[in-house]
Amino acid sequence: MKMNLKFICNKNLVVTEVQPGKSLLDFIRKDLRLTGSKEGCREGDCGACTVLIGELENDRMIYKTVNSCIMPVGDINGKHLVTIEGLSDGKLNQIQNDFVEQGASQCGFCTPGFIVSLCGYFLSNEKPILKDAIDSLDGNVCRCTGYESIRNAINNSIVFLESNEGDSKRHIEKLVSSNFIPEYFLEIPQRLNNLSIDIQKDSVNGDAKQIIGGGTDLLVQRWEEIENADVNLIFNLHQNEKITVEDNICKIKATTTVSEFWESEIIKKYLPEITESLYLFGSLPIRNRATLGGNIINASPIADMTSILLALDAKLIIEGNSRKQIKLNEFYTGYKTMKLEPGEILDDIHIELPDEGARFNFEKISRRTYLDIASVNSSIYLVIDKDVISEVHLSAGGVAPIPLYLFETVNYLKGKEIAFETIKSAAEITLKEIKPISDARGSSAYKSLMLRNLLFAHFAKLFPNIIVVEELI
Amino acid sequence: MKYYDTTQHVAGKSQFIDDITVPEGTLYAAIFYSPIAKGKIIKLNIEEAKNYSGVKAVFTHQDIEGANQIGGIVQDEELLASHEVDFVGQPIAIVVANDYLTAKNAAKKNQIEIEEETPILDPREAQRKGELIVQPMIFELGSTETVWDECNIIVEGIAESGAQEHLYLETQGAIAIPTEGGGLKIISSTQSPTAVQRVTANVLNMPMHKIEVDVMRLGGGFGGKEDQATPYAAMVGLAAHKLGKPVKMVLPRQEDMRITGKRHPYSSDFKIGLSKDLKILAYEASYYQNAGAAADLSPAVLQRTMTHATNSYFIPNVKATGYSCRTNLPPFTAFRGFGGPQGMFVIESAIHSAAKKLGVDPFEIQKKNLLRSGDEFPYSQIVEHGNAVKCWKHLEEKINLNEIKNGIAEFNSKSKFIKKGFALMPICFGISFTSKFMNQAGALVNIYQDGSIGISTAAIEMGQGVNTKIRNVAEKIFSIDISKIKIETTNTTRIPNTSPTAASSGADLNGKATELACVKLFDRLIDFAKNELRCREDSKIEIVNENIIVDGVQSELNWNELIQRAYFNRINLSAQAHFATPEIHFDTKKNKGKPFAYHSYGTGLIEVSVDCLRGTYEIDSVQVVHDFGKSINKVIDKGQAEGAIIQGIAWMTIEEILYDEKGKLMTDALSTYKIPGIHFTPKEFDVKFLENTENPFAVFGSKAIGEPPLMYGIAAYFAIRNAMESFNPNMNAEYKAPMTNERVLMALFNRNL
Repeated sequence: MKMNLKFICNKNLVVTEVQPGKSLLDFIRKDLRLTGSKEGCREGDCGACTVLIGELENDRMIYKTVNSCIMPVGDINGKHLVTIEGLSDGKLNQIQNDFVEQGASQCGFCTPGFIVSLCGYFLSNEKPILKDAIDSLDGNVCRCTGYESIRNAINNSIVFLESNEGDSKRHIEKLVSSNFIPEYFLEIPQRLNNLSIDIQKDSVNGDAKQIIGGGTDLLVQRWEEIENADVNLIFNLHQNEKITVEDNICKIKATTTVSEFWESEIIKKYLPEITESLYLFGSLPIRNRATLGGNIINASPIADMTSILLALDAKLIIEGNSRKQIKLNEFYTGYKTMKLEPGEILDDIHIELPDEGARFNFEKISRRTYLDIASVNSSIYLVIDKDVISEVHLSAGGVAPIPLYLFETVNYLKGKEIAFETIKSAAEITLKEIKPISDARGSSAYKSLMLRNLLFAHFAKLFPNIIVVEELI
Repeated sequence: MKYYDTTQHVAGKSQFIDDITVPEGTLYAAIFYSPIAKGKIIKLNIEEAKNYSGVKAVFTHQDIEGANQIGGIVQDEELLASHEVDFVGQPIAIVVANDYLTAKNAAKKNQIEIEEETPILDPREAQRKGELIVQPMIFELGSTETVWDECNIIVEGIAESGAQEHLYLETQGAIAIPTEGGGLKIISSTQSPTAVQRVTANVLNMPMHKIEVDVMRLGGGFGGKEDQATPYAAMVGLAAHKLGKPVKMVLPRQEDMRITGKRHPYSSDFKIGLSKDLKILAYEASYYQNAGAAADLSPAVLQRTMTHATNSYFIPNVKATGYSCRTNLPPFTAFRGFGGPQGMFVIESAIHSAAKKLGVDPFEIQKKNLLRSGDEFPYSQIVEHGNAVKCWKHLEEKINLNEIKNGIAEFNSKSKFIKKGFALMPICFGISFTSKFMNQAGALVNIYQDGSIGISTAAIEMGQGVNTKIRNVAEKIFSIDISKIKIETTNTTRIPNTSPTAASSGADLNGKATELACVKLFDRLIDFAKNELRCREDSKIEIVNENIIVDGVQSELNWNELIQRAYFNRINLSAQAHFATPEIHFDTKKNKGKPFAYHSYGTGLIEVSVDCLRGTYEIDSVQVVHDFGKSINKVIDKGQAEGAIIQGIAWMTIEEILYDEKGKLMTDALSTYKIPGIHFTPKEFDVKFLENTENPFAVFGSKAIGEPPLMYGIAAYFAIRNAMESFNPNMNAEYKAPMTNERVLMALFNRNL
């Protein structure tokens, strides 16, 4: 079923009819004939197709980078889509100038994606610093430059913007006057308002069987069939109050993105250690789209959020004929199978707020540290009372057909004293609980050794002096 | 407009194959390829695909009127498999439809029955079974046999390096458009337009002049589009010719990764002998090159391994033996360095293992044996203008090796799990194609009446900045504003018989051809100006910043007026020139001669940190002193060096190609094959230009830069080992690259892989 679409692309209003599940990149390149956004991999791993999606929040525009290749076009309804073509108006902008000066573009195929990501960074950060700007490029790869020239270009842009600071104009005005973005950006809030589109209502098609949240895996695995399928786009649901606290329970809507989870004041307050590891999850554009619910339902044995939620002993609230609750560590029944009946949908994720003094740690090893899928990951939640483990939850990914909650290891650890011998024995139990297979992410022997070491790493991080190196080898 | 291409790139205005507006009625092609690594084709059924809604045609080998052959050096590779398949991904049929998705879905409807045979995946097994692409190569200097007895120590071992995916961001692709008179215009993402033209003409059984190949730019090449862009162009050529309609094909990433060749994996034996004072007296190596299922460029790649067997060292007695081994993997192909890096990894492993046995630092041996002018390479060329020692010294002036060594030891003694390490890497890389005939290039320079200039050459712009360098050459000669100079597409009707843009030689060869053509025009214009301005015979006429200067005095003419008057006076404002590298020669029977116009030198230092609990690592610092000659464009040259270094480090560390036991690629997507992201780049990255150096053998004293710096990356491998040894001095690590997180952890904890 086609869907009516009304949005602003760069400075132009677009009114059209589309198959809502079609890849946004295909729509941009083929329907709009804007070819600056490139297809490099079609799986959100290169960033050559990066675009900005702008939404009105309290009369202010919030821009986020996304991989257009794996985003369904229907989700653009009522928003501002910015492609590379919309970032300079007649003359190059400052970031583009700095790239040219530093030779930060060689073959040029990846370059539009880098420029878009950086413009996104400057749009959403009033006080830009080099390290953060570089972090915002974790979803872009360049095969030519070696990145040094890119770092230098960014540095120059930041220095330029700082030197341009003067009157206390609004950030977006400063970006316009410093030639970081074209002037038309200033009119976008008003123009979006005038579209009067109810984003939550106008994109949902409740009758369609195929539900799409962020689509960051669905559009990688099955874009050919989704392109013309009837789809129910739920990404825009629950715009407000995705994360709430009630009676010591933190309630997280399944449509919460990893970015929203990371930025949530509630999570920062109660689970600060988690937010410190979230940079290991996908890339910024992936985190801007990937939902916690999607991560759980996708049922990948190496899902990072699922690993974390297992260690937080999360409960799932499932909506269907009736509303049911099931513990995440009892949810999976086998490889990509789970206790979810047809017609049921994951609605909420509940976690108990951690005890005072509870410790948390997430470990992930992959071929490359940033933007990679884990070979093995593991999370631990630990409460210590006078050197004795009073509560513990432990998970391991990539070592079984499902994201694993290490029941036996947890049983063993409970009530034990924190000591090297305890951890060593725990690791032995863990190795009996897992069944890793050899694949493109490593041999089974490697995964076993890695998980053993990650257990030690958990404790080494929480109790720096506890591990005796000589006994590990 | 300092860098025309970059100015377009940053605005998203540069056009690649998939961005070009195609003619109405263009059809799209998808490939049906072999799911099996080796076997006989019993039956192929294309009926269902043919009848799929929206499909226009399905082509197989039976539709080829000319030769079903794409082999270059050896004629051993079919465009579409006829009776046998030799690797997973080998093209069998082409499905053409109204749109790409239809073609792709229809391609899946093809049915094939193959009598499966056991594939050979290991080059040593292939060699044992006599499966060689060409006769073994032997390079010899002195006599190793007679000096082993004189050596203080002798070490033997095995060194292996893995494949590497080019991962050009723009995948392979081409568009073929039928032209009047039964010809074709092919727009291709190729480093070798003439190869596309020759092979397509051969496949279609038509003369080459009927096929025009045009290339605007590539979204990266790295060697992957030297020989292997050709089949896709030939396939759309075949389909367009048969159907009389334009046909386009751009490979999806996963297919590109599955069916195209990569850097050759090598397994090698080494034996090295040293004197008491650390002089290398003798070195023997046997290289088993995994060539894949067809020759492609493998013999030439092996030749470069042989010529780079001793890297930057003088070794008086050398014996190198090379086997190009036929296996059932997609034919491996050119990749930046072209066999050189593989050869250098072996000698560096040999030096490392000798150093370990002697209890000295590897850099002591490296330093002691650096090449000097007058030394002889194993292929008899004599070192001229040798800068190996100069670069090393320059680096040592910048950094104190002992301080680094002691600082690391101090850090490691205090750190439980994080250990630091370092290694040095001198490089010496020969510049020229080893096939003499390829060292030629052409340029056509047209000056238009308004004073603007269009330059065509054989060079392909693929990000390496060759177009900018060629503009710089013309800019210097004419002394006019660079905005007046445009580089045209590379086109076989303007420049015939192009050598591929490869071997780092693009700017050397085409820059020189451009220089020759520009000088022809310049001389013509100066003669004309002399006449026009009625100067004395011995007057000195110059063009300075677009002004015509006579004996130091500004004349009435500026550039634009000069050109206009020249045109009205019927002066030929177009010049063509051809350049062929002088003096080079090589006898492939004796493996002796002077194959290289000159050599590039440099020294690099890499420092790393290894997390020994997790088996992960970071590159802390890369410091290099490189001999760029007199750089034409420092921004471009530095960018080439940095990019090559990261690619080299990644080849040695995180980039791993894995095939399963049936020859199917396991790492076939960006989610399983990881190239460096911005966080992988070393925290400190310093590439210094060697001072006071020039090169009489290339345009304006410059030096080729595309490939040589890649080999500094080898230091990353040994730096990681160096760090690992301080965590576990008894670890038993083999010389196997890439040093992935997996290899690190397994070695640190003495597990077998």
